[in-house]
Amino acid sequence: MVNVIWIILILIGLIVSVFNGRLEAVTQSALDNAKYAVELCFSLIGIYALWLGLMRVAQESGMVSRIAEKARRVLRFIFPDVPLRHPAIGAVAMNIIANMLGLGNAATPLGIKAIKELQKLNPQKDRATNAMCMFLAINTSSVQLIPSTVVALRSAAGSSNPTEIIGTAFIATICSTTAAIISARILQRYY
Amino acid sequence: MIEIMKIISTYAIPVFIFVVLGYGYIKGVNVYDSFIEGAKEGLTTAFRVLPYMVAMFVAIGIFRSSGAMDVLITVIAPVTNLLGIPPSILPLAIIRPMSGIASTSMLAEMFRLYGPDSYIGRVASTMMGSTETVFYTISVYYGSIGVKKTRHTVWAALLADLAGLIASIVVCNMVFDK
Repeated sequence: MVNVIWIILILIGLIVSVFNGRLEAVTQSALDNAKYAVELCFSLIGIYALWLGLMRVAQESGMVSRIAEKARRVLRFIFPDVPLRHPAIGAVAMNIIANMLGLGNAATPLGIKAIKELQKLNPQKDRATNAMCMFLAINTSSVQLIPSTVVALRSAAGSSNPTEIIGTAFIATICSTTAAIISARILQRYY
Repeated sequence: MIEIMKIISTYAIPVFIFVVLGYGYIKGVNVYDSFIEGAKEGLTTAFRVLPYMVAMFVAIGIFRSSGAMDVLITVIAPVTNLLGIPPSILPLAIIRPMSGIASTSMLAEMFRLYGPDSYIGRVASTMMGSTETVFYTISVYYGSIGVKKTRHTVWAALLADLAGLIASIVVCNMVFDK
């Protein structure tokens, strides 16, 4: 998909620039942006290092599994088909909490483990269960409490207050996750 | 409500640092060494995304400077204005579920053009912080267990992203000046 987006942006851009007589501007911006992308990556190193350093501490302290243990009770209502003591609930909880904390690298293997556990409860192996659809809808709705990449990019772009969007993003995240849960619940009747 | 959001924005990172390091210390983690281990990844992460960033930045730069982005925005403006969505946000909203790297690059490019503290910059930031990539994640997860009939997964995920977009605009209109 990235492949398609990339080539479409470039080809359409080049064709339009011929009609608009903007070939020089296009060349200039291609060179400019290539340079800026590198500058941006360099200015992100510090914030990435700070954040990934904290993430490592969070991981090694066992914070994720501690919170996930508490989250099981809530998840019971969202995943009624999965038995409370089944390892699937634990794996789903671990993945969601890791995503909430923004532990992207740690979250993916936990998520794969979760969906494999859910597959064990699946009577029809090539068809997604309600629990799987719910899990992936929540997972792709963004549950991250602190959008660290956005804060880093804002800071790199010279924002006077890079963190001012944490509150608004928090509210919008609650809305998107709620929408994921509700729409998965409703749509499962029709598919 | 607005006050609560401001408090969250101000306290989130300091509280997060306090809790993570405090909890780690109590649990007997050598917090400094552990932090350094993680911080090393910051360097590799930034360098790992560098070629992707260059590729996407160049593509978006070509698309915008050619005038193609203006054409797109002019075409969609009547529809987005009707819905109260700023037209310059929509390209980002469309690309968001498709690709993480493309949307991240587009956000950074929009910061460069409009400024991170502009209305557009704030709405774009909020939206990026409250939505996720959809198609890639779903294909990786289902691919790992061989599920082919994905039923309503994509629709539920896209509805969630749409809700995130709408909520971002509504919330930013409440909190920030246009």
